[in-house]
Parts: sequence; structure tokens; C-alpha cells
Amino acid sequence: MQWETVIGLEIHAQLATKSKIFSGASTAFGAEPNTQACAVDLGLPGTLPVLNEQAVRFAVKFGLAIGAHIAPYSVFARKNYFYPDLPKGYQTSQFDKPIVGLGQIDIEVDGEVKTIGVTRAHLEEDAGKSLHEDYQGMTGVDLNRAGTPLLEIVSEPDMRSSAEAVAFVKKLHTLVQYLGICDGNMQEGSFRCDVNVSVRPIGQEEFGTRAEIKNLNSFRFIEKAIAHEVERQIDVIESGGRVVQETRLYDANKDETRSMRSKEEANDYRYFPCPDLLPVEITAELLDEMRGDLPELPEAKKLRFQAQYKLSDYDADVLTTQRVMADYYEDAVNFSDGEAKLVANWVMGELSAGLNQHGLDISASPVGAERLGALVKRIADQTISGKIAKQVFEFLWASESTADEVIEREGLMQISDSGELEKIIDQLMADNPAQVEQFRGGKSKVLGFFVGSIMKQTQGKANPQEVNKLLQEKLKE
Amino acid sequence: MYNKSLQELSSSLQDKEISSVELSQYFLNRIKHFDGELNSVITSNEEAALVAAAEADKRIQSGDSGLLTGIPLLHKDIFCTQGLRTSCGSKMLDNFVAPYTATAVTKLEQAGAVMLGKTNMDEFAMGSSNETSFYGGVKNPWDLNTVPGGSSGGSAAAVAARLAPIASGTDTGGSIRQPAAFCGITGIKPTYGRVSRYGMIAFASSLDQAGTFAKSAEDAAMMLQAMSGFDEKDSTSVNKPVDDLLANLGDSIKGLTVGLPKEFFTDDLDSGIRETIETAIDTIKSAGAHIKEISLPNINLSVPAYYVVAPAECSANLSRFDGVRFGYRCDSPKDLEDLYKRSRDEGFGDEVKRRIMMGAYVLSAGYYDAYYKKAQQVRRLIKNDFVEAFKGVDIIASPTAPSVAFSAGEKKDDPVSMYLSDIFTIGVNLAGLPGMSVPCGFVDNKPVGLQLIGNYFEESRLLNVAHQYQQLTDWHLAVPAGYEQEV
Repeated sequence: MQWETVIGLEIHAQLATKSKIFSGASTAFGAEPNTQACAVDLGLPGTLPVLNEQAVRFAVKFGLAIGAHIAPYSVFARKNYFYPDLPKGYQTSQFDKPIVGLGQIDIEVDGEVKTIGVTRAHLEEDAGKSLHEDYQGMTGVDLNRAGTPLLEIVSEPDMRSSAEAVAFVKKLHTLVQYLGICDGNMQEGSFRCDVNVSVRPIGQEEFGTRAEIKNLNSFRFIEKAIAHEVERQIDVIESGGRVVQETRLYDANKDETRSMRSKEEANDYRYFPCPDLLPVEITAELLDEMRGDLPELPEAKKLRFQAQYKLSDYDADVLTTQRVMADYYEDAVNFSDGEAKLVANWVMGELSAGLNQHGLDISASPVGAERLGALVKRIADQTISGKIAKQVFEFLWASESTADEVIEREGLMQISDSGELEKIIDQLMADNPAQVEQFRGGKSKVLGFFVGSIMKQTQGKANPQEVNKLLQEKLKE
Repeated sequence: MYNKSLQELSSSLQDKEISSVELSQYFLNRIKHFDGELNSVITSNEEAALVAAAEADKRIQSGDSGLLTGIPLLHKDIFCTQGLRTSCGSKMLDNFVAPYTATAVTKLEQAGAVMLGKTNMDEFAMGSSNETSFYGGVKNPWDLNTVPGGSSGGSAAAVAARLAPIASGTDTGGSIRQPAAFCGITGIKPTYGRVSRYGMIAFASSLDQAGTFAKSAEDAAMMLQAMSGFDEKDSTSVNKPVDDLLANLGDSIKGLTVGLPKEFFTDDLDSGIRETIETAIDTIKSAGAHIKEISLPNINLSVPAYYVVAPAECSANLSRFDGVRFGYRCDSPKDLEDLYKRSRDEGFGDEVKRRIMMGAYVLSAGYYDAYYKKAQQVRRLIKNDFVEAFKGVDIIASPTAPSVAFSAGEKKDDPVSMYLSDIFTIGVNLAGLPGMSVPCGFVDNKPVGLQLIGNYFEESRLLNVAHQYQQLTDWHLAVPAGYEQEV
């Protein structure tokens, strides 16, 4: 039988607010356990939540960016369950009245564009962390993360392959960073994903029973977890069994998913509106203001890059995936006096290679946009060749010098002076009469010998175009 | 001394006839002398109180003082007080010392009031007789065999026995008004959102409201004035200026319309209570007010609606008491589940458990619509009834409670009959209105309270009517036998 995979996603994006969603405590990552948990985060009796307005604005921003309905009136609810890292015994979340309603996102897989529905996005607080190691059989609880604002983004079950799912997650990952509402750091858990997977025979309309795979924190894990889970479900059905609705965990070490809890064991969360918080009202004025504040979104930026900088679809795509990368690129183009294509090659080539090699983000690049742009400018005006430029780039990477300073200091200026080059060529031809004869006899390959020799003599500084031109002229004489 | 008004005590302090240290010591002595049998104070703050009183005396010396500077008071043990245990009447919090102070307490502290101690209460404010307290019941100074009412029974009994001139309380379904009535004193619960709930341990968040106990409406007004106001730490507190609650106390109530809900004056009403209330209404009428019968058609649904909404909220509010971070933890739990189950089983009393179970039940999948949602709809209807009624009247009057103080143990094992003792007060909480209870006579030598209900944020008018009534009567000045004695 032929099977079709059906995937829906839930993504938790940690909002990049300075303080928590209901308290003034810091959200910074990596502090000593329980040093960033105030009385409210600890759930001490008598304390009350106060909603962080910035979190609300971030949610609205996201909603506007995906063309979603923004609820003029949304409500926080209490989701009740007991767990040591959940201090109040309930999570404050949004349930039947989320702040962001139906929206959509376009993804592209193998050149095909597909629209994925976003069911909703809602605000909620994160829980703390239970630490099971290092406590002699006891469990430690770190509440630094408790109360960190999250935006939970829920998709429609519109994806039909792991490739589509990954494309969707990547698209969202890019978007939230563009909007400046989430730092997108998947290792630190700022952006994590739950996947709902089911299979059905091709042509069948109703969905199969789904399993939810929790807390995937890399694109690769998402892909592998889905692949594994699809295979498992098909196996179960084809060997006569039934898929049960359950929550599963993906074990990256063993590359398998295993059951966490079944639907029967699922909690009854007893949601009800939180009486400590007023409903969130979003006015038309706020929406107008925020619409004006929206940055250029990836899709629009990509199209603009293609039009304005005459970049290929691929280049524009790579350069706009990260907002910092796009900003870097545009700055460098400015400093290069408009050498759009050449800058693109350098950013995607030497620069990216250097950054990858050193495990650096472009925001931490040792060579800033200004110095890279100035380097490219010298290639364009033929002060140096592309090859020499790579040497210059090494110097830029290792020092604070500008390209001009390096070229000057190291004497890397290109030799374009035809008088000087002619002298070298004449001498070369005089020293190698046999090769001259070969060329004149039709062996044009010999040209390479001459070019190579000149480059060697000039330590690569000779202007290759000029050398070619002069050689052609002289040899044909 | 013990029967002096705040105005008089304040003048004595300002005129240096007495110091705050002396005044505080005077009431501390009364507590020591009388509270052995009453059990109204759970935790004494004697040492710190005398330090605070000395501070207050300095402020008075330097001329930097207000009406409440140097005035001793008691706080219900539901308000968190930094450095002094806050038990909420529960074994669960028997060891709990909050690292912060409730906003209402801070405001009174800033006004210079001196906290003598924390008063007994029904566990987590759940009860109408003060019998659910982990620290034992409180006796009603008017009759030691009867209860003081609840849940703020300790504060009410203490003020009635003149152990402090004023005390704080909280009112979720009548927990200030009913004990005020049972103990023959004046109590007011302002509009929901008028006093910050920050630092006040939550029972039912959408209903809880702090207020005051005092001998008179005037004293209650002074204390409430200091406690009220917007607090950015409480999202449900209302950002609206506080009226001057003292300015209109002396206004005539001539021409004012008082509504009597016919649903509260049925044939079922105890005849003694009815007569007492009718006499009180006549007094108000004699001061020039118009009396008008009104109807609150849905008010008979308030007890059932309340016993869905309040337990639902409490079931979540009390989840934090899990033995993990603070409060009671059972001995050597064998695993997490055991830790939860035994800590909560051993730490909570029966009434609290009953309400948590009711609350969890009404919020459960499949029951939510039938109970919680329905109760919220009923709540809206009740509120609308009041809004409608206030279009035609200025205030509403009724008995505060269907009976006078009942005997200890009488209703302890009959929760429904206990719940019905709040039948006249609960609707006010569901609607979020201000309400108060004023002493208006005796039945069987036990005090009767007249409930007055005001429109939203009209505490000033409510207190004006109560004060005018107290100008014409002296029920509020009556002191229970035995407690007139100086010690």
C-alpha cells in the first residue's frame, strides 16, 4: 500500500523580552540556578502576575507578519497540573481565546510553493527545569526559566513530508528572528518544536491516528524523528496493529522515538480563565502603529535583492535567510560602491567559509561589512586581482587594518602599467623562442605558460586581463 | 480608653496625652488578658510593635503624622508580613514567613499604624464560623458558646472585645460582613479592585477583597482610606482615584432612596432578625430616606453559583501548596506522588480539601460547561440585577446574615447549612459591589447586623449612610459583658 504522511507542528518560540512574562525577573540564559526567579516566579502565596506588554507586542508583531487575525480581546487561562518545575501548579497560557488567530506561511520545496495554514499562536509562560543528575538520587529544580515568555505557534496539519515540515520550521525560524521577537537559539531552547505525525493510505480523506513527538531542537532531529516515526507507524499498521494516540520522545542517540504517555494517561488540564489577569485588549490604534513598525520580511527582502542587486534566486535566498546576514550584505555593497554581485560572492564565499571554519555567527565576524566592502571595491577598480584579494582578506581577518592599508604595506598593488608589463613580456619571449614558435604555429595552449610565468615573476600582482591582452598582441606580431 | 474612637485616640496621641508605645502596650495587655479564652490572635508581634510604636511617636514629635500614626491594629493572618509568620490559618503554612509584605499592610504601615499581631481565621478563609482554623476556633465575646462568624472571625472577635481599635479582614463571600454582624461591630468590604490583593493569600481571586473592621463607620472609613488605591502589582486593582471617605460622613441622607430586595425579606426570614432590621430601616427612614422595595430576581442562585466559582478558583490557587518549595512537607516521602499526596493530605484541613475537590470537579472535562460556565453566566445575571436595581435606588439594605451567631459545632458537620449562612452576602461578591455590616440590635442577646450595599466605588455613600445611622443609634458602642473591664 502507498502511504501519505500528514504533519502538523507546534513551535515554542521564546520571546526576546528582557524580563519574564508575568514578573520583573531577568530572562537571561545561563545564570546560576534559581538566581533569576523572584517571588512571583516561585509561586509564593499572595504574589500576583502582571503581564509584560512587550510580550504582547511581540505576539501581535508575529500575527501581523503572517497576515493573521489579531484578537481584539484575548484571555489567559490556567492549565492545571502538578510538576516540581511548575511552581504554581498551573501554567498560565491562552486556551480558547488566543491572541493570534488564523494566518498562513508559504514554503518552497523542490521549486514548488505551498501555503501552510497557521491555526493560532498564543502567549504562555515557560516552566522551570528539573535536573535529575548530580543530586544523589534526588531531583534538583531550577526555576530561572519559569515564567519566560513563549509564543506557541500551531500549524494546520498541512505538511505531507519531513522536507515540508523542515521548510516550514526554517521559515518560521527566519521570520521570528527577522521580527526581532526571538533569538532563534535552538541549542539554548529558545526555539523548539513538537511534531504531530500520522499516516494514511493515499487517497483516504480522514486522518490517521497521530503521535506527538516532543521537544525537537534541531532541523536535523525534526527530519530524522519524522522519518523514523513514519516508518514505525507504517510498520505497526502493516503488521496488523493500530497506532495509538500518544506522546513520544525522540532519542537522538539511538535515532528512535519512544512512548512517553498515552492519551489515557493524559492529564485533564481543567483550563479556566485566569482570574488574576485582565483580558488582553488590542486596540485598532496599536495595530496601526505596529503595522508601521514591521520590518521588511524575508520574502519581500529576497524579491527586492533579486530586483535591486540583480542576484540569482539562490543567492538572494541565502543572503536573506538571516536578517543580520542581509544587513551585512547591504552595508558591504554600500561600502563597495555598489558591487552587488561581487560582494554576494565574497559574503557567500570567503566570508562564510571563514565564519564556518571558526564557528562564528556573522554578527561576530572579525571582518565587518565596511572593510569587506572596501576590499571588494579594490577588486572592482582593479587595484588588486581576485586572487590577491584573498591574501588581503587573510590580513583583514587577523587584524584591524583596512584593505588599502594592507595593499600598501604588503605591496600587493596590481601591475596594470602596460610599459612595465611589456618589458617583462618582451624579456620572456626573448628567453623562450621555442614556445613563441609553438604559439605562432597554432598551439594556443602555450599562452598558459606565458601567463603563468608572468604571474610567477610578479608574485601574482600582474593584472591578468592586461597580461592577456598584451600577450595576444605581442605573440601575434 | 478601649472604647475611644480613632479620632479621639489620634487627638490624644497628637496632644501627647498618651504615647503610641503606651497605647500599643495597653492593647497588648488587653490581648494577653482576654485572648486566652477568645483565641482571636494567632501570632503576637509585641516586640516589633513596640519598636514601630516608638517610631510613630517620633513621627508625631516631628509633626510628620497622620490620623493613623501610632494607632495599634491587628491584621488577619491572610496578609503576608515580611519577617512575621503568615499561616492563613493552615498547618500548610504553619512555618511560612513571606519575604514581602502585602500592599494593604504596607499602606497602613506607611500611615504609621502599629501592627500588634495577626488574627485567627478559617483555614485559607474557607468557612463561616472560624472553626476550620488549624489554630482552633475563635469564641464570640458576646457568648463564648457561639462562633464569631468567619472567615475573618479573629479580627471581628478582637475588635468586639476591644483588643484593638481596628483590624483588617478579607471578604470573599461575606467573610467581613458576617463576622462583623455576629460580633456586633462595623465591617466594610469595598468594591472589588479598590484594595490591592498583592500579598493577600488568594482563596478565590475574582471574589477576594480586603476591608476593615472597626467600632464605627467613621473608624472603618479612616482605615479603609489608608488601605485603598491602585497597585501596579495587582492587575485587577482599579486605577481610579480614591474618594475622600471622611468628607461626606456628616452629609444628611434626606431624600436618599434605600432599596429592600424582596427576595431577602421572605416568610422564611427569622422573625427576630426581621423585626430588628425593620426597626433599623425605620430609623433610616426617620432621617429622611425613602424606602423602596426592589427585586433581585436571580439572587437566589448566588449560593450555588458561588460554590462553583469560588472552589474552582481555589482548586488552582491552592495547587502551589505542594510541599516542594515552602510550607508543610510530609515526612520521608517515598516518591514524588507520595510527596504531593501526603503533604497536601496532612497539610490541609477537611473544608479546604472539600473545596479543592469541588473545584477540580466543576472544571473537569465534560463538566466545565454544566458547572463553571453556567455559574459564570448566573454570576453575570446577578450582577445585572444589581446594576438594574441601582438605577432606582442609592443603596440597598438587608439583614447581613439569616441568623445571629450560632453555637460552636452546630453546623460544623453540615457544610450546606454552613454555606447558607452567607446567603445574603455572597451576591455582593459575585457582583463585585461594596457592602458593609452595621450593628443594629440584638436577638437573644446576640448582635444583629444590618447589611448595606452600595453601587460600584460608592464606599463614600455607604459609609455616610452607616455613619448617619450610628448618629441615631448606639448599638455600635455596646461592649460585650466582661470586656468593659480595664486591665
